[in-house]
Amino acid sequence: MFGMEFYVDPSRCIGCQSCLKACEECDTHRGISMINFDFVDRKESIATAAYVCWHCDEPTCAQVCPADAIKKYEDGIVGSSLKPRCIGCSNCVLACPFGIPKLIPEYEQMMKCDMCYDRTSVGKKPMCATVCPSQALTYVTPETIAATRREKPVNTFWFGNQKITTKVYMMAPADAGDITIDVADYTWEGENELVSQAF
Amino acid sequence: MSWFRKPSSTPLWRDEFSVHTADERYVNRRQFTKFLTLTSFGMLAGNLWIFARSAFHRAPTYPRLAVAAADEIAVGGVKVFSYPTADDPCILVRTGNESYVAYSQKCTHLSCAVYYEKEQNRLECPCHQGFFSVADGSVIQGPPQRALPRVALENKDGQLVAIRMEAESE
Repeated sequence: MFGMEFYVDPSRCIGCQSCLKACEECDTHRGISMINFDFVDRKESIATAAYVCWHCDEPTCAQVCPADAIKKYEDGIVGSSLKPRCIGCSNCVLACPFGIPKLIPEYEQMMKCDMCYDRTSVGKKPMCATVCPSQALTYVTPETIAATRREKPVNTFWFGNQKITTKVYMMAPADAGDITIDVADYTWEGENELVSQAF
Repeated sequence: MSWFRKPSSTPLWRDEFSVHTADERYVNRRQFTKFLTLTSFGMLAGNLWIFARSAFHRAPTYPRLAVAAADEIAVGGVKVFSYPTADDPCILVRTGNESYVAYSQKCTHLSCAVYYEKEQNRLECPCHQGFFSVADGSVIQGPPQRALPRVALENKDGQLVAIRMEAESE
């Protein structure tokens, strides 16, 4: 909508957590951030990664919802659960391949990033993209991103054999050719645990 | 949103509970309110049209048609004729020396032909035993709800002339 797309570039994230604070300002979930914020390999590195809901083209969270509470709007945004419908079953929390939805006990419903639908639906930027000082989270036109970044926006993800395309783009290295991100390549943490348990 | 389900290999529940709001087939409150508003405007337009039609309505004109000679039929006798067009059968009854009545022969229930029953002095529809008064064509009993349309007659120089159809009494 309005020609803008969301781009996430974890390599730019400086870990300031401005996005979390900005997200918490929203009156619909005051004090609770919808940003997913990770310390990447905290033992070895200070690297952090902040990211939002990827707004899948075929949202798994909505497909598994037994209460028909999660909807994908006409402009491609997957919203939070609808309050009158959500039964708090956590199906979406378990099903999302990116681990985005959160069951908020205070609200007794699932909430997640809805790309500040009140703002983006009228042409404003989401709060996190507005405050991010390094523009690791940015909401601009594709022309702008092509003109200002070396990285290449990618919105196709592989989870083993499952292909997921999303509305939000991940900035990936430009020299990698026509790439897709296979998440299985990065699931080394679990393997290490298994190895450590074996010995 | 489409009004009818297109042939689809996906199960019905997946169509009805689509994750895409654009494909939702259930009516939400706003759609329903829009529907009510538009329907109200439609009703208003329809009423205005009916009002305009009645305001500019002209009374239909009827031909004059000599039906029979006054003494052609005996008292209690009948004659069947067509009025105002050849497709509108009517029945003329001589109820007294100087009194004649004529009605449309189509029963107002299901358009069977009514006939004059002399013993009971009434018009009977044999299909469903509907009875009409000879005096004014009103329903005496049976399934018909409306009186028989009456043909206005004029006795002119011994000739009975149908001059118009009278509006139904109800």
